[in-house]
Amino acid sequence: MDTPVLIEIKNLKTHFFLDEGTVQAVNGVDFTIHQHKTLCVVGESGCGKSVTARSILQIVDQPGRIVEGEILYHRPDRLSGVGLSEDLPSPNGAGGSSSTEIIDLAALDPRGREIREIRGQDISMIFQEPMTSLSPIHTVGNQITEAIKLHTDMLDDEADEHAIELLRRVGIPRPAERLETYPFELSGGMRQRVMIAMALSCNPALLIADEPTTAVDVTTQAQILELLEELQDDFGMAIMLITHDLGVVAEMADDVVVMYLGQVAERGDVESIFHDPKHPYTQALLKSIPRLGVSRTMQRLDSIRGMVPDPYNRPTGCMFGPRCDHFMPGRCDAINPPAIQLGDGREVHCLLYEDE
Amino acid sequence: MSAQQTNGSQHSTSANGSAAADNVLLDVKNLQKWFPITAGFFRRTIGHVKAVDDISFQVLQGETVGLVGESGCGKTTAGRCILRAYDLTGGQVLFQDHDGKMVDLGPLNNNEMKPYRQQVRMIFQDPFNSLNPRMPVSDIVGDPLKINKVAAGKELEDRVAALLARVGLRPEYMRRYPHAFSGGERQRIGIARALALDPRLVVADEAVSALDVSVRAQILNLIKDLQEEFNLTYLFVSHDLSVIEYICDRVVVMYVGKIVEVAETEELFAQPFHPYTEALLSAVPNPDPRMRQQKSRIVLEGDVADPANPPSGCYFHPRCRYVQDQCSLETPELREIAPGHYAACHFAEELTLTGVTASGELG
Ligand SMILES: Nc1ncnc2c1ncn2[C@@H]1O[C@H](COP(=O)(O)OP(=O)(O)OP(=O)(O)O)[C@@H](O)[C@H]1O
Ligand SMILES: Nc1ncnc2c1ncn2[C@@H]1O[C@H](COP(=O)(O)OP(=O)(O)O)[C@@H](O)[C@H]1O
Ligand code: SF4
Ligand code: SF4
Ligand SMILES: [Mg+2]
Ligand SMILES: [Mg+2]
Repeated sequence: MDTPVLIEIKNLKTHFFLDEGTVQAVNGVDFTIHQHKTLCVVGESGCGKSVTARSILQIVDQPGRIVEGEILYHRPDRLSGVGLSEDLPSPNGAGGSSSTEIIDLAALDPRGREIREIRGQDISMIFQEPMTSLSPIHTVGNQITEAIKLHTDMLDDEADEHAIELLRRVGIPRPAERLETYPFELSGGMRQRVMIAMALSCNPALLIADEPTTAVDVTTQAQILELLEELQDDFGMAIMLITHDLGVVAEMADDVVVMYLGQVAERGDVESIFHDPKHPYTQALLKSIPRLGVSRTMQRLDSIRGMVPDPYNRPTGCMFGPRCDHFMPGRCDAINPPAIQLGDGREVHCLLYEDE
Repeated sequence: MSAQQTNGSQHSTSANGSAAADNVLLDVKNLQKWFPITAGFFRRTIGHVKAVDDISFQVLQGETVGLVGESGCGKTTAGRCILRAYDLTGGQVLFQDHDGKMVDLGPLNNNEMKPYRQQVRMIFQDPFNSLNPRMPVSDIVGDPLKINKVAAGKELEDRVAALLARVGLRPEYMRRYPHAFSGGERQRIGIARALALDPRLVVADEAVSALDVSVRAQILNLIKDLQEEFNLTYLFVSHDLSVIEYICDRVVVMYVGKIVEVAETEELFAQPFHPYTEALLSAVPNPDPRMRQQKSRIVLEGDVADPANPPSGCYFHPRCRYVQDQCSLETPELREIAPGHYAACHFAEELTLTGVTASGELG
């Protein structure tokens, strides 16, 4: 079942050094992204999802930086050495590409040539608010062809054609005409599609999507999620999908990482996370969401007491301790739970499982 | 429970005296709010955004009515008209006064609105921007009491402390400023402020949308508890159908400035009569990976129509999977399809639409 490993994150720590103190935004995160698969990273706002994603691309904002850990990129063969297929769509053959080159992205110079080559070509990213990655003063066509020309040796005409094909592929009607439009002339859903087209222009091995549907309506969300699934079938890229919506996770994920306050609470395949959650936080989270069809019969929702602590007042021991119903005094406030392997790729950070 | 489409009486007192009418706290009739689109140096009006275009619904005493629909469909505009933050373009906002009379808030001026501003209060979406950053919490919550001369001095302080305690905040923190509180706590402050004057109707516009999952459940529970305790009536505006399902007794679905469906919550979710409602329900991601295969997600083509330039006939027709010739020619009226269940679709009776069963499955 498992496809070859694409990204292996080991003990990643990314901190922000501010006057008020240090924000340990990502504080010892491990997980693996497999080729052609979808990994969902889920957690509440501020738990470090975006910073983890930005660390992979080495685009962490100042005054933040990776202080520890490895981000091992197992570069698929087809990408070792440049030269991209001009055909589109061009599935890159599931499992066919044995990885040869392993690059530690965490060790690269954020401004160096190597990471710049990887950005966009090997790994690309789309954001919650499309306007943060689209330029308001250039036409849609210009922006896509620029992205194409940056990473390929395509000429103007070829790049134009490729751009039209991409826009068609992401479901933009009359794509040739759209090349001339500016982003502000498009609806939110259309902008999101343009951004996806841009991100896919070089057929990346990994697409990072940071809350791509948080700012759009449910019906638009359904369109975008469906599109991502189709594109994954066609292009074969792995997707790292960041979201706080457990519904989106259940619909999209192969594997899930649940984060809390800069750390992984647990990870595993999507079926286990939803039907056999191990970490008290995951369990409580799943109970606290109103579910369509179920919530109308419920008198009250189970809620998690308290709130996420602010980043300057992290608890000692387990980050979830102050809100946990299984809190064990003397242990949970003393020990930051290590990763405990439960087999089948499942991992939990909770002292309840220490002896298993 | 009746929805609307009553006798069409235009007078501002409820004369018919029926039991149902006594029970009506808010009666919105043919409400319209158009925003002019201007162009050129002289700001000539070249068209209108028909943000809310002839909507009618009622809210009964003690119930929670949900207003749901996609971004831009006019939910907030409708709410702001009811609060009279906007002047109406047309229609009536009838509100039951303490003595049982229905008063049209529409034509009232600022001064005449004053007593009603105590009775109709608002909880806002954004807990970060809706609180004055330069005011301590004691003033934010206490100001409505002070301005309306309800309490002063020690009594004021006690009432504020009690309100804060009731929404789950420590009264000791009342000297602090909003920035010192988390999103969920700020939303609690907003709720305390809305409740300070013992309102009868609370309009909550996306009151939990900005909150994290784990905090959202707390606030939803609080909103429910307070309703019982203070006999509150809510108009609950949200785009989130699972939240609407949890909190509302009845639901009004809007599409491009118009109401397309009204029904009791159970009915609407189990048996929608409008194709747009069906599509909305099917688009909500189900938090159960086992439901993936079963689910036939209806993916709507294209975007929500532009309220400045809506399509002909049924506004939903360019995206409707059941569209027929008649749909682009004639505008469907909101009609009662089953008792208390209204839909604006020419074919509401013929179509068999898919809702959500009580187990959470689509079926
Ligand atoms: N002050 C205004 N001037 C002009 N147009 C407006 C104004 N306020 C709202 N509109 C337009 O009216 C329509 C309805 O807007 P409204 O804010 O009521 O939508 P909504 O249903 O609350 O959406 P959301 O879910 O995004 O909050 C939109 O097309 C909007 O652009
Ligand atoms: N540019 C920055 N400067 C300082 N702190 C930051 C910055 N970006 C993120 N953080 C902090 O890092 C933590 C994780 O943030 P983020 O990854 O954005 O969370 P999310 O899971 O919501 O994506 C938060 O405490 C946030 O405040
Ligand atoms: S380690 Fe302790 S406090 Fe943390 S989740 Fe497990 S039981 Fe709860
Ligand atoms: S009237 Fe026609 S287009 Fe409109 S919802 Fe009904 S079937 Fe669809
Ligand atoms: Mg984020
Ligand atoms: Mg709104």
